[in-house]
Amino acid sequence: MTALARVTAYRPQQRHLPMLATLALLVGAYAYGASQYTAFGSGQVVFNLFINYSWLLVVAVGMTFVILTGGIDLSVGSVVALSTVLSAELLGEQGWPAAAVVVAVLAVGLLLGTGMGALIHYFEIQPFIATLVGLFFARGLCLTISTEAPSIDDGFFTVIAQTQIPLPGDSHVSISVLIALAVVAVAGYLLHHTRFGRTVYAVGGSEQSAVLMGLKVARTKVSVYALSGFCSALGGLLLVFYKLSGDPLSAIGTELDAIAAVVIGGTILSGGSGYVLGTVLGVLVLGMIQTLIDFDGTLSSWWTKIVIGGLLFAFIVLQRLIARR
Amino acid sequence: MTKHRLFWPVSALLALLLVDLIAKPSFFKVEVRDGHLYGSLIDILRLGAPLILVGIGMTLVVATRGIDLSVGSVVAISGALACLHLSGLPDQDAVGGTVVAVGMALGLCLALGAWNGFLVSVLGIQPIIATLILMVAGRGIAQLITDGQIITITSGPFRALGSGYLFLVPVSILIALAVFGLSSLLVRKSALGLLLEAVGGNPEAGRLSGLRSGRLTWLVYVFGGLCAGIAGLMIAANTPGADANHAGLWIELDAILALTIGGTKLTGGRFSLGGTVIGALLIQTLTTTVYTLGIPDTATLLVKALVVLLVCLVQSPAFRDRVRRRRRPVPATESARAVEVSA
Repeated sequence: MTALARVTAYRPQQRHLPMLATLALLVGAYAYGASQYTAFGSGQVVFNLFINYSWLLVVAVGMTFVILTGGIDLSVGSVVALSTVLSAELLGEQGWPAAAVVVAVLAVGLLLGTGMGALIHYFEIQPFIATLVGLFFARGLCLTISTEAPSIDDGFFTVIAQTQIPLPGDSHVSISVLIALAVVAVAGYLLHHTRFGRTVYAVGGSEQSAVLMGLKVARTKVSVYALSGFCSALGGLLLVFYKLSGDPLSAIGTELDAIAAVVIGGTILSGGSGYVLGTVLGVLVLGMIQTLIDFDGTLSSWWTKIVIGGLLFAFIVLQRLIARR
Repeated sequence: MTKHRLFWPVSALLALLLVDLIAKPSFFKVEVRDGHLYGSLIDILRLGAPLILVGIGMTLVVATRGIDLSVGSVVAISGALACLHLSGLPDQDAVGGTVVAVGMALGLCLALGAWNGFLVSVLGIQPIIATLILMVAGRGIAQLITDGQIITITSGPFRALGSGYLFLVPVSILIALAVFGLSSLLVRKSALGLLLEAVGGNPEAGRLSGLRSGRLTWLVYVFGGLCAGIAGLMIAANTPGADANHAGLWIELDAILALTIGGTKLTGGRFSLGGTVIGALLIQTLTTTVYTLGIPDTATLLVKALVVLLVCLVQSPAFRDRVRRRRRPVPATESARAVEVSA
């Protein structure tokens, strides 16, 4: 078979269709931007997407695991904010060394996630309610620790925030981007090449069948929430690297952005089907919309929300059509 | 008595009120001043009215195994549209203009509810995603209506919705009471409640027994939109004005909490409107209690998280089983059987 024949004979698998549609949308939006604004065509616009949204990417990857099991995690935005506040407090007021702060913040995220997972699995509290308690609890902790948004001037944090990694074509990325990409790679490996990953899909497909098959459902369910808590805490650290401040009112509504990114990326909210790569595309689409609106300059910020709502609608209907065929 | 499904929420509510009474002995005092009822209890009812309304709408949606995440955005849209119309009137105190503003806002909310119902019942989209669309886009629409500004209003008749009085009682309490009374009457004195529970409990069985489940589903989302719309008007009247960013923020979460506390199952098939009202009052009392005790209001969320966690745990059968098993290592029935066998 010649290369050309192979290309023309290519028929995408049905389960890949939503993800391919997202990719097409992303490329289309970029091409539109490049045709309208000359500055848009530079590669840096794409890299800036990664730089500005690396924190959301990490959060959305954690959310993907939870949604794949058929659950939901509403607490992510609050945990992100808690991480930023905790970083500022421990570095500034308490004078902890940077490494200890990083470990402490990640441990708190892991602990909160594990706690919510345990509530959901062992006490059979609905994921929606349990993580809602987490949302209130973490945001409450933020406000109890600090009502202001102090800036962070720690050496280690500043270096990570300001280091630029040069790339060919006069562009650059930040260290946070590398961290986010590493998280994506690890998540992809976990999901597609380990027993844990297969169990995640199995639980999302049918929890009862998974139990009957003798899979470790309890451990998996608690783990995905722990993982999401950890990712939110890490996302919070990346947000600190990006803004160098700890704001108790930051990241309000992040859970919606993360869920929207996961859905636009082709993961089905009832669980059992989806890819980490789709989530990456979903986050990039959200970022691309924001960038387009920024470049336009005349559109007000609320159009972002309306367009994201419209996109959600389009993708959900697309998924329905594919599922019905 | 502990078996009654409202036992735990009512006990929690009474416990909170007791705490208030100890902290502030005059807490239960209700007096008539200038022909109005005054007192902390009246305040709880008055400020809790929007949540009660949204909760009642949400309860019927949840009864059909659905959920409506968009109510917060609908609250914002309703207030925004009404205030936009009022602010453009030459005389804001004109009753006619106020009625038109209220009518426009509620009409739009009915349409938004119908949109949710269309997505769920006709396109067959999962309720949580279907209403997520309007939740995200709706706040943008509200900001579009107000053009990103906070619209303040002075209309007397409109403000009466939030802070007016009729026969001594605040108007908002009367509205909430009327909606609660009418909907309870409808669902419990006609077959409607039974049908809703049938749709939520087992949609397939409902369909096979000849239920028009699609039409019922549509109906509950429209009703949910209407309740959220009225709540939105109340909040705007209380402000007084439209704040597209903050009006109704997190009210969908509070409403879902209220009905969960009140014993309505999120998996559908069983609901209690009275329970939702108790749940909503519990949430509002909690906020008031935090103020009464002089806890800094930054801790409100923390206290709320802990109380809700406690109420949910106590109601969770899995949790109660675990606690019971720990108290009595060998379940009574098993040990009894063992005795029988050995005898």
